[in-house]
Amino acid sequence: MENLINIGVRSIFIDNMIFAYFLGMCSFLAISKKVKTAFGLGIAVIFVIGITVPINWLIQNYVLTAGSLAWVGPDYANIDLGFLQFIVFISVIAAITQLTEMAVEKFSPALYGTLGIFLPLIAVNCSVLGAALFMVGRPYNLAEATVFGLGSGTGWMLAIVALAGVREKMKYSNVPAPLRGLGITFILVGLMSLGFLSFMGFSL
Amino acid sequence: MSTEAAVVEEVKEKKAEPLFSKKNKKLISNPLDIDNPVTVQILGVCSALAVTTQMKPAFVMSLGLTIVTACSNVAISALRNTIPSRIRIIVQLAIVSLWVILVDQILKAYVYDVSKQLSVFVGLIITNCIVMGRLEAFAMGNKPWPAFLDGMGNGLGYGMILMILAFIRELFGAGSLFGFKVFASLGLPYQGNGLLLLPAGACILLGSIIWIQRSLNGYRESH
Repeated sequence: MENLINIGVRSIFIDNMIFAYFLGMCSFLAISKKVKTAFGLGIAVIFVIGITVPINWLIQNYVLTAGSLAWVGPDYANIDLGFLQFIVFISVIAAITQLTEMAVEKFSPALYGTLGIFLPLIAVNCSVLGAALFMVGRPYNLAEATVFGLGSGTGWMLAIVALAGVREKMKYSNVPAPLRGLGITFILVGLMSLGFLSFMGFSL
Repeated sequence: MSTEAAVVEEVKEKKAEPLFSKKNKKLISNPLDIDNPVTVQILGVCSALAVTTQMKPAFVMSLGLTIVTACSNVAISALRNTIPSRIRIIVQLAIVSLWVILVDQILKAYVYDVSKQLSVFVGLIITNCIVMGRLEAFAMGNKPWPAFLDGMGNGLGYGMILMILAFIRELFGAGSLFGFKVFASLGLPYQGNGLLLLPAGACILLGSIIWIQRSLNGYRESH
């Protein structure tokens, strides 16, 4: 249990998807103009990462790793499907995103209206595929992988909501014209990332 | 008779667009400046920040991305009339991941150390917004040859920003270029600036590059 809490805290704060790895920056920068939309997208991302990481863990450990097909029969014990990893992972992610889109459309048409074309784009949000690929590189079991997925999503949501909050206030400040928009946002992200660096001191 | 046929042939030739017409040249040159994928279209930012601590991985990454973008643009453009629009994202992802798997296997075979250094970022070319963005915005509505040029142009525009970032970060962060110790070989004492190697430094640097570029070309955002 303690181990799970450690993985959760680590994936939210220390290995934050945005501030430590820069994953999912495109939608992070594009959809952080309003806190409300940012929050909605953050929830959707938590949901998608939280589901896809455990599913991909199962696929990786029971289908893709060398020798993992032994449960089918002794003839299959030598098969290594590792090279199919990318295409399988991205298909799972695209399918889950499609499901999320349909669910949001049915249960919350207002949120669907605001998120619009960005929902299908969760499929190409680097943080989702990135979380799946990081999970492969670390010796997690199923429970740990799930906590890692949820934690990464939560970290991403915290980051985008925080940035949206700052950007809402930025409207009232006088930024040099060429720096407006994207330029100042990058510098803001840099400064926020400096703040998150302080978490690096924790050893869990 | 034969001369007439030749004349007709010539007229036809003139009507068909030359391979490097003005419009096609624009497809390559625009992404380098006023339509740059990283600094104007906000695409492909993740990897632009993450792989640029050194020149070598940045170079390999830009090469890989240019190849993937150009090739998948051609493939999608050739298939554009047969892909049903509702499932186009999955079709696009499948084609892109085929190219990425090829690039990944080639990197693992020939430059294993760089492949290790890039780790997940080769796989993340699949979800690199430049590839998907160009497929959606250009390849779905244009012929293969312009689509190829567009892919090359955007790959090069991305590569240019990557090389500038990596040059500054490696030179002033670690005091070397492509792993060659520049300051040490000149006999100058230089203490590397660790901030540039951190994520934070990269963000601030990219923000400044955007600032300079927009002051020069006059591009403005409303707020």
